[in-house]
Amino acid sequence: MGWESWIIDTLKRALAYGTPLLWGTLGEIYAERAGVVNLGVEGMMILGALSAFAVAQSTGNPWLGILAASVVGGFAALIHAFFSVTLRANQYVSGLALTIFGLGLSGLLGTSWVGISLKNPLPKATIPGLERIPILGEALFRDHSYLTYIGIVLAVVLWFVLYKTRWGIAIRSVGESPSTADAMGIDVFAVQYLCVIFGGILAGVAGGFLSVEYRPAWTEGMTAGMGWIVIALTIFAAWDPLQAVGGVVLFGALYHLAYRLQAWFPPEFLKLMPYAFAILVLAVAGLRKVKRGAPASLGVPYVRGQR
Amino acid sequence: MGAGAPRPPFLRRKMRQTVDRVEMRGIVKRFPGVVANDRVDFDVRAGEIHALLGENGAGKSTLMKILYGMYQPDEGEILVNGKRVRFRSPLDAIRAGIGMVHQHFMLVEPFTVAENVALGLPSSRRFVNDLDRVSARIRELAETYGFKVDPRAYIWQLSVGEQQRVEILKVLYRGASVLILDEPTAVLTPQEVEGLFRTLRHMREEGHAIVFISHKLNEVLSISDRITVLRGGQVVGTVPAAEATRTGLARMMVGREVVFRLERPEVEPGEVMLEIRDLWAMGDRGVPALRGVNLEVRAGEIVGLAGVSGNGQRELAEVIVGLRRPQRGAVRIGKTDVTGWPPAALIGLGLSYIPEERIRDGGVPEFSVEDNLVLKDHPFPPFSQGIFLNFPEMAHYADRLIKDFDIRTPSRRTPLKSLSGGNIQKLILARELSRSPKVLIAAQPTRGLDISATEYVRRRILEQREKGTATLLISDDLDEILSLSDRIAVIYEGRIMGVVKSEEADIEELGLMMAGVESR
Repeated sequence: MGWESWIIDTLKRALAYGTPLLWGTLGEIYAERAGVVNLGVEGMMILGALSAFAVAQSTGNPWLGILAASVVGGFAALIHAFFSVTLRANQYVSGLALTIFGLGLSGLLGTSWVGISLKNPLPKATIPGLERIPILGEALFRDHSYLTYIGIVLAVVLWFVLYKTRWGIAIRSVGESPSTADAMGIDVFAVQYLCVIFGGILAGVAGGFLSVEYRPAWTEGMTAGMGWIVIALTIFAAWDPLQAVGGVVLFGALYHLAYRLQAWFPPEFLKLMPYAFAILVLAVAGLRKVKRGAPASLGVPYVRGQR
Repeated sequence: MGAGAPRPPFLRRKMRQTVDRVEMRGIVKRFPGVVANDRVDFDVRAGEIHALLGENGAGKSTLMKILYGMYQPDEGEILVNGKRVRFRSPLDAIRAGIGMVHQHFMLVEPFTVAENVALGLPSSRRFVNDLDRVSARIRELAETYGFKVDPRAYIWQLSVGEQQRVEILKVLYRGASVLILDEPTAVLTPQEVEGLFRTLRHMREEGHAIVFISHKLNEVLSISDRITVLRGGQVVGTVPAAEATRTGLARMMVGREVVFRLERPEVEPGEVMLEIRDLWAMGDRGVPALRGVNLEVRAGEIVGLAGVSGNGQRELAEVIVGLRRPQRGAVRIGKTDVTGWPPAALIGLGLSYIPEERIRDGGVPEFSVEDNLVLKDHPFPPFSQGIFLNFPEMAHYADRLIKDFDIRTPSRRTPLKSLSGGNIQKLILARELSRSPKVLIAAQPTRGLDISATEYVRRRILEQREKGTATLLISDDLDEILSLSDRIAVIYEGRIMGVVKSEEADIEELGLMMAGVESR
């Protein structure tokens, strides 16, 4: 195999594997920018995966499946928003509970779907013109899921919203200093609710991608720790949607390389990768001591009149 | 803004009706266990500065937060230009032309000046932000009021005085005609205070109505037209500033005569007990906060460390008590070089510390009064015998200190967090002073305390001086430094700008040193 096809292959697989990570990370970035940590990504993703598969299989339309996944993800996030914003519960506990709940519920409800392969998975698309660019065209613009392209465009749009619009100023101010935002007439709770729910919608889509496109079938626990990688990537990307794209491609490539090394390494090694990566990112972030871009009020419930 | 100043076009467009008069009638606000405002009447008119004077907990901030829509009153009404209004949130108040500059600045530090000003406002480009236009308007406004502000500067790069100007700009930008300032001078140098007062007078002439919250009598007398005094949530009275006196106002605030002069008997300073040589240390941001500090304090002497907050005072205290690692230089207590020693060893040597963050660094909020009182000495006899604690002894000791230091607490088993700020400070004082310290580091010992508690704390520190303790007094309150210290050192950007004898100190000169001008 020539080096060109090797690069093309790696990039291609990196993007495919990275797509759910990208959607999830973009969502988590928005939730955390508004000051709410949501460790329920894994749970929201798996619920999204199951509902996407169930709806796509029943209706025969994979897009309806993705829609269902986004709705379910959004509702799951609503639970987290209610606990962490309205009830001011510990965000980490609430998020973990959501993950455990999602994994358990999807396992319970999904038993009858196990072992069926989806009749009609999400179609792939090629972008005319761009696909002709040597190497990169083939790697990036040929035969990818629509969700991959949309995800990258979404990253750019979300970056623009965050930094170039007044909504972005409002969201960032809520994550940095909710009392200031409140005093300036911004509805802190509304911003936090919307961002958390938005994050859930994206996480749902990420899960849906897994079950109606990446591996068009339902298996219990098929997210396999991706939700945790999302949490790590959010930090790795310094809460910046554009950097998230870079982080996702990098991680996707690493994952693919590890996969190729399967011949030499035991499969347990592969399963360990996501967690090792998450720990590595946190350790590096901790060692550098600078909390690059971490919203100052991240994880702290806002109580009006308290400092 | 009144008729005199030409109003920039954007403000003319946005300008709400001008407010001529704001009235609050019969305001009642209850919090669990306290009535913060008890049938308070208050009014402010265009073209006047109305001071709201009172001790901490008198209900000043609560009253103004109600006017600004942050709290809802339980009873009473608010009238703007004679019309009844209801402010459900700050947004409603801003729409009615009322703006507030908070005591703790409401600024987002990683944002630029322009971003902070634009926060919460609609953009002239609808969806996309219009920071370039906002910046242009900020420059116009700054010019009108004689500020200097760079709209593209980040908040964390600005000095406290500059940050306050951004706060005022934010309010002006929103076209407010009523401006509420909550303790605006607490963080400023004397010169910055003068600058603020010039701006306020300017705004008064332009027809703004200004509410000035303070507990500093001199400032209130010099800036305001009328003064309303609050005590225990009730209005004691409203007087024209021209007819008010310092003692009269103090009596209204406290409800009894106040002694302003403290007894400071002559004490002959002894040996050098605390010596700091060429001390360097990093601040939290990773830039040097101390750049070669030299200082000595003798037994029976109080050295006041004056300076605008954030110039290395906190870091200096932390290095001395072992909470921050110095990079270079030496700290000596008595004859012992204690550079880099951990707190436990320093405590053993007779170092006592009254921390600036008294709740965070001074005690355990969930622990009882008793436990907090023996926090430092519990591992030693008589409180410990082997691995066992001697509870009767601890209880006995706690009861004695509660009585000696007049700590108002329901019992010694009450958790620290349910005590008032003044009583928490008395508790820390009790713990630190009853260990007969050789060296005492007192950081902002009366910040946030009311007049009576302040008086008490100061008297205790002076008593300690007579007992031969070497005290380093760190305070933002220049009056406090002047009335307690034997010598005054001024710190600026991590360096000591000069040390003067207290009786020879001159406010002007101290102010210049606080602003970074070397002493003559």
